[in-house]
Amino acid sequence: MSKTKLPAEMICIVCPRGCHLRVDENLNVTGNACSRGVVYAKTELTHPTRTITSTVRLTGSAVGRVPVKTSEPIPKERIFDVMAEIQRQKAAAPVDCGQVLIKNILGLGADLVATRTIRS
Amino acid sequence: MTDTIITERFDLVIIGAGSAGLAAAAAAAKAGVQKILVLEKEDHPGGILLQCVHNGFGLHRYKEELTGPEYAERVLAESCHHAIDLRCGAMVLSITPEKVIRYSGEKYGYRQACAKTIICATGADERTRGAVRIPGDRPTGVMTAGLAQHYMNLDGYMVGRRVFILGSGDIGLIMSRRVALEGGQVLGVAELMPYSNGLARNIAQCLNDFGIPLYLSHTVRIIRGKDRLEQIVLSQVDGNFDFIPGTDKTFDVDTLLLSVGLIPSNRLLTDLGVRLHPKTGGPVVDETLQTSVPGVFSCGNSLHVHDLADFVSIEGETAGLAAARYLAGETGRLSDSAPLIKTEPGEGISYLLPAKLHTENAGEFLLKFRVKKPYRNVALLLKENGRLIRKVKKPYLLPAEMENLRLKREELVEPAGTLTLEIADE
Repeated sequence: MSKTKLPAEMICIVCPRGCHLRVDENLNVTGNACSRGVVYAKTELTHPTRTITSTVRLTGSAVGRVPVKTSEPIPKERIFDVMAEIQRQKAAAPVDCGQVLIKNILGLGADLVATRTIRS
Repeated sequence: MTDTIITERFDLVIIGAGSAGLAAAAAAAKAGVQKILVLEKEDHPGGILLQCVHNGFGLHRYKEELTGPEYAERVLAESCHHAIDLRCGAMVLSITPEKVIRYSGEKYGYRQACAKTIICATGADERTRGAVRIPGDRPTGVMTAGLAQHYMNLDGYMVGRRVFILGSGDIGLIMSRRVALEGGQVLGVAELMPYSNGLARNIAQCLNDFGIPLYLSHTVRIIRGKDRLEQIVLSQVDGNFDFIPGTDKTFDVDTLLLSVGLIPSNRLLTDLGVRLHPKTGGPVVDETLQTSVPGVFSCGNSLHVHDLADFVSIEGETAGLAAARYLAGETGRLSDSAPLIKTEPGEGISYLLPAKLHTENAGEFLLKFRVKKPYRNVALLLKENGRLIRKVKKPYLLPAEMENLRLKREELVEPAGTLTLEIADE
């Protein structure tokens, strides 16, 4: 992906609108409906990142899994390393939405946080 | 056991505590409705949002990107109000013409609630293998994508190791990525239509990111397997959806996920005699989202299938507010002779909601519609009794994306007649 030839076309994944972006040789972005599209296109062409969402095993509750996400996007090529960490992780109820389950996951500068409050 | 059933009285009973039902409850409470009961069949409020652990929710409503459970948490916090009595684990069994709602659950036994108004926010059901009639054996391992999502995200079971997905709707695309992330091999996604039915961003981030091929104009022709699914045969289809001979491809898979559409769930309302829309599968409603039975409203995926939870919430609020106004005697009790504008989908439009507009009721109408096929650089023409009243240019129109159009009362000349929406070349 990072070796994409310019000009390039891509679908912006920042929001459900899915703008059709075009990036010319000088990294000028067109087709974007908002400024986030420009940031996305440039990041995608230089060092693509993704926010990872998954679930973690939960004990002490009738609910067996707590949903989680990375607090920041992580490098795309590290997706499966991060998933392996998430699969090893366990949490115990109660859990609060936003609670950090893994601080600075794999030193990537993002935390793994719970995305649901589960009391019991 | 006592002989009498516990009976309680409410101004408004809402069936379903998902994004539509909770938003309806919050809006009705805010508008001053005193006694609101929300009945939810699951043990936790939030509806389908709880199993949608991916992000992309709330960009319209909260201006930030949330996961499904986070969105549910926000909506739930907004519906925390002394007027709202939320009961989970309560399954509604029937609604009588007198608006008596009978429900049961472990915590409540068998009870009934007498309502002055009802909002039905019961969501949608997934179409199954039977609905798309895939021939072959009947092994285990063939399931709907939403069910697989429940297994994986709420119960913590992996659904399979070698997975194929039929249907490129958003649920199918999201589940492709989910299976891939958890270490399953997704061999492909097949789509009967020559275009995807999912959001473009989901093609990019769920398929392209993981190198999952998308087979357009393809469908599953045969399912093979003794106990567990062993193999599927995929074939290309022509413009009439007939199989093209010689295009068979076999895939050795243990799991086939079906993402082949949703059907609004309205059994409670059809039993009540509510008229359904032939195209959407939801009730025929007016601008207040009132059904053909006075005082009964519908919103969310049980009215018509949405792509975004944000729009479901807005629709829930509309229904909640309409129920409040109905209770206050302001609207919704119009006689059959009240001036009425009927809406009709024209060229290229699959459906147009609401089906009827009472011109004396509101200052603004929100029209919702879908197109029949993808369009580029076209114009939407809104016509009142054949006269053009609005032209909107559109660079893209996709069947997968529900469109909105706001119409001001002043734009309409006549109090009654027919409003049509059609697509024309730009």
